[in-house]
Amino acid sequence: MSEVLIAGKAVQVNEEGYLTDMEQWDEAVACEIAEELNIVLGPKHMEVIHYLRQQCQTGKTLNIRRIGKSGVVDIKSFYKLFPGGPLKNASKIAGIPKPASCI
Amino acid sequence: MKKLVILGAGTAGTMMLNKLYKKLPKQEWEIIIIDKDPNHYYQPGFLFVPFGIYSKEEIVKPKAKFFPKGIQAIWDEVEKVGPKEQRVYLKSHPPIDYDLLLIATGCTPDPEETPGLQGKYWQKDIFSFYDYEGACLLADRLAEWEGGELVINIADMPIKCPPAPLEFAFLAEAFFTEKGLRDKVNVTFVTPMSGAFTKPVASRMLEGLLSERNIKVEADFYLERVDNDKKCIVSYDDREIPFDLLVTIPVNKGATLVGDSDLGDDDLHYAETDKETLQSKKYPNIFVLGDATDLPASKAGAVAHFEGEVLTDNIMDFLAGRPLSARFDGHSNCFIETGYGKASVIDFNYDVQPLPGKFPIPGIGPLSLLGITRINHWGKLAFKWAYWNMLLKGRSFPISTHMSMAGKKREEELEEA
Ligand SMILES: Cc1cc2nc3c(=O)[nH]c(=O)nc-3n(C[C@H](O)[C@H](O)[C@H](O)COP(=O)(O)OP(=O)(O)OC[C@H]3O[C@@H](n4cnc5c(N)ncnc54)[C@H](O)[C@@H]3O)c2cc1C
Repeated sequence: MSEVLIAGKAVQVNEEGYLTDMEQWDEAVACEIAEELNIVLGPKHMEVIHYLRQQCQTGKTLNIRRIGKSGVVDIKSFYKLFPGGPLKNASKIAGIPKPASCI
Repeated sequence: MKKLVILGAGTAGTMMLNKLYKKLPKQEWEIIIIDKDPNHYYQPGFLFVPFGIYSKEEIVKPKAKFFPKGIQAIWDEVEKVGPKEQRVYLKSHPPIDYDLLLIATGCTPDPEETPGLQGKYWQKDIFSFYDYEGACLLADRLAEWEGGELVINIADMPIKCPPAPLEFAFLAEAFFTEKGLRDKVNVTFVTPMSGAFTKPVASRMLEGLLSERNIKVEADFYLERVDNDKKCIVSYDDREIPFDLLVTIPVNKGATLVGDSDLGDDDLHYAETDKETLQSKKYPNIFVLGDATDLPASKAGAVAHFEGEVLTDNIMDFLAGRPLSARFDGHSNCFIETGYGKASVIDFNYDVQPLPGKFPIPGIGPLSLLGITRINHWGKLAFKWAYWNMLLKGRSFPISTHMSMAGKKREEELEEA
């Protein structure tokens, strides 16, 4: 774990660059992390990110099906918004833990 | 008489039945357990049956064999719980009232969630080893298969026993090598996660195995459908992976009755459960454990075991009108078969990722956390005995309920090294 400056703000991140405390997040932090992933955040991205943060707060394991059924975004569009690995990229931008298995 | 009703007599339900039978005063409490299937399957054995390591017969025993004498079991399907009227509705029996309800109805693979999965290749060239029938059919197919593209695919997370698909890949690689067919088989592991390993320390220590064994990994692949004309799996971003033999881990879902019973709004039918006390978030006289919960813990028999210790204390508190005192920390441990008679082992909780070290006796072992050893493999095989003889009967293991850091190397130490 280390402290880095993101958007002028000191935040704690793990070795893969995911925030370790979701409370240190704000939208400016999100934009800067997104830039590193070559994503420019628009209103739809933000809507999805806020939804993921809210899901994370309830303690649920994020899952692509649940996101697809949420009414916030369908899975195809989720891929288009966050290309490559939508769940891991969107989680990083949202300041929540990387979706992980047990190993 | 007050009534405790347990839904599901699998790993978690049977274990809790045995624990609470000993604890609850018999003149005050009647215990009823309900399950739709009188057979108990040793699910960790589903991994070994396809390769002929376990026989189909040795992993099934009658459920009732593990119940205390005099327990009233009802063999029927539970359709719904009415938490307000404290009543359980069954398919072919009259409803049953309860004072305290335990939900342990687990989760199961649901191939219907993926279009095309149950098409013309289903159970011919597409198999799921996550259920008994599938594991048995796959054993027959693997025995005669002559090679080609073997694709192992996880449709979505969470699944029970998250390492099992990767273990399957390792065992399959070894199986074909030992059969002299390895040069005719390509093994590809396809996962919606960022890789076959997702935890930093475990990745560093075990990832090399995949290239060593020439197992290809396709990551960030969310299965949309199976194209039966092209015989390939297709992701939501239109990647196509052709297969000759597909081993699928279908979407896992909790029991439908959980979804139908006002126990949470989860569309995968997991009950909303307090991750520390195991009490339902909706009704105080309902507790949930095992694979049926929405906890961010692994869905594994070992987890059900640790939860069981916590839950027993909390139920005794609840019945005495005291605040719930025991806390579950997400503790889990499991063996990971790596093929050729060796295995690894991991021990972790909600906050601590799998770390290297000696287990369960710090400094001594005999198991090596994140190591790849023969003794770890014997441990995995010994788990079967411990499962039937200790776990189901609610006996304690010589492993503490809460995860211990003793004997483990800390993350900071690993970074310095
Ligand atoms: C391939 C594979 C390998 C595994 N390997 C390991 C391992 O190595 N180590 C480990 O610890 N765990 C392992 N597991 C996981 C382990 O088997 C499960 O986590 C464990 O069995 C969960 O227990 P449970 O009681 O919650 O669910 P289950 O044991 O699945 O029991 C649920 C019960 O509820 C009943 N039920 C469901 N719905 C209804 C209904 N409507 N009415 C009546 N009854 C109902 C079912 O019939 C069943 O008996 C593995 C699982 C699989 C599939």
